[in-house]
Amino acid sequence: MQPHIIMSFESSCDETSVAIIEDGEKILSNVVATQINSHKRFGGVVPEVASRHHIEQITICVEDAMKQADVSYDDIDAIAVTYGPGLVGALLIGVTAAKTIAWAHNIPLIPVNHISGHILASRFVTKINYPALALVVSGGHTELVLMKEEGDFKIIGETRDDAAGEAYDKVGRVLGINYPAGPKVDAMAAEGKDTFNFPRAMEKEDNFDFSFSGLKSAFLNTTHHADQIHEELDKNDLAASFQSAVVDVLVDKTTRALQEYPVSQLILAGGVAANKGLRSALEEKIDKIDTTELIKVPNKLCGDNAAMIGAAGYVMAKKNVFAGVDLNADPSLEFDLLEDEE
Amino acid sequence: MKVLSLDTSNRQLTVAILDDGQILATETTTVHQKHAEYLLPIIDELMTKVDLTPSDLQRVVVADGPGSYTGIRIATATAKTLAYTLGIELVGVSSLQTLALNIKQEGSLVMPIFDARNNNVFSGLYEIKNGVPENVLEDCHTDFDKWLDRIDIKDKTVYAVGTDAPHFEDALKNKFGDKVIFSDSFDNLPQAARLGLYGQTLSPVEYIHTFVPRYLRLTKAEADWKQNHPGEEVTSYVEKVN
Repeated sequence: MQPHIIMSFESSCDETSVAIIEDGEKILSNVVATQINSHKRFGGVVPEVASRHHIEQITICVEDAMKQADVSYDDIDAIAVTYGPGLVGALLIGVTAAKTIAWAHNIPLIPVNHISGHILASRFVTKINYPALALVVSGGHTELVLMKEEGDFKIIGETRDDAAGEAYDKVGRVLGINYPAGPKVDAMAAEGKDTFNFPRAMEKEDNFDFSFSGLKSAFLNTTHHADQIHEELDKNDLAASFQSAVVDVLVDKTTRALQEYPVSQLILAGGVAANKGLRSALEEKIDKIDTTELIKVPNKLCGDNAAMIGAAGYVMAKKNVFAGVDLNADPSLEFDLLEDEE
Repeated sequence: MKVLSLDTSNRQLTVAILDDGQILATETTTVHQKHAEYLLPIIDELMTKVDLTPSDLQRVVVADGPGSYTGIRIATATAKTLAYTLGIELVGVSSLQTLALNIKQEGSLVMPIFDARNNNVFSGLYEIKNGVPENVLEDCHTDFDKWLDRIDIKDKTVYAVGTDAPHFEDALKNKFGDKVIFSDSFDNLPQAARLGLYGQTLSPVEYIHTFVPRYLRLTKAEADWKQNHPGEEVTSYVEKVN
């Protein structure tokens, strides 16, 4: 059964979101309730606080999404929900609500991997030609994903330690920027120059994995040393130097992956995909490769949202992936590694 | 009135389906705390066995806390979403009161206890009046010794209920002597059928959207923040974007 109208749920971190999607590529509504202002108090997402906000918001989001899309339960052919990866208590609210509505109205349920949602948000931009490659960069994830065919996701490279977004938040704290620091660091970087020459981690290594903890330490050592000798460092230059190192590694590994796995489309997805420095650097590089086109997920669909889960749910339904009402959250859900297959 | 009642506040999971005063089906499990996985399948199975479909339901009664944070959220999220999506009534009952419903001895006191570790408990004090446990001391999260200090049972009998109650047997006997009675292993379990019978007598919640579990405890992060930022509380920390 190929669902025409999908209702989708996303609650893996600090956004409660419900969307209504038509044919897996048209957004009828995409309601996102963000808790950022709450977690700003603590300098990062507190899982129990996130879970509490999700249960406050969930039915309101359902109501708003259905009203905005002007649909009734009779119109909904399937319900898609993020069941991992993410914070378990947060995931459980979306999973519970989705299962309950599916059960109450006898609607099929589609389990969706959050990362596949980020990648397939690109369906709202263009038709995807397979095989395709995706660079997913967000607060919790940094990975290169190869899709040999629709609905098939294999990791070819991932972070060994911090996610890129995590590094941004930690560096942001030192620069006196509140959580989430990404957009502000990006803006400061645009005003500064790469003068500190931080290390480009794993650039020399012959794999597609990332590492950002060495860069983070180098950054902290530099600022700490300056503090001790009472030297004032230019914050914009610090931001620019940090961002250049992150972007260089991401772009370098991605271009190398493209050499080994030539694909016609590279998808840039995830919360950090909205980063201007990363976008323009990747654009510049991909422009030089005639055979590959860069698909950028639009800014407002880069952060966590349910529309992308609806798009992914549509693809999973095509592959006949459905779940029963015993569906549970899987906080450490991940794609298989490509090397395990080969 | 066809009623679904449920409680997953702690290790036990209990579900019942009632039609007015008649209990159509009930199931209670006490072994695995896999509520997210088991709750809806058990509801579905019981509904099928009594020839009902979800649209037959008219009211959902849920034990909405205190208890395990994840546990109370699973039952509450299920009940809230179900009542909302079917457009039916929703009733929330304290999970401690739910346990107290097992005691029927008129005029006696009931102290349901959930162990919250490090000598802390979720507890409340109830008195059986006209067959129903009424709150005498409000449900709270407290150090157990401080809790006992607040309680004067006079000449009454107090029933300590809950599978965690035996953890505090010495302290309770020390304080109340032979006036404290420990329940048997059946009365120590929350019974969704009793919850459903009692929940039918209550008024439903007015606004389903704002229904949330009674945690009875701020998260540590929030408590610390409040202490360091007196008076800075705002009404809403969540905003709609897009």
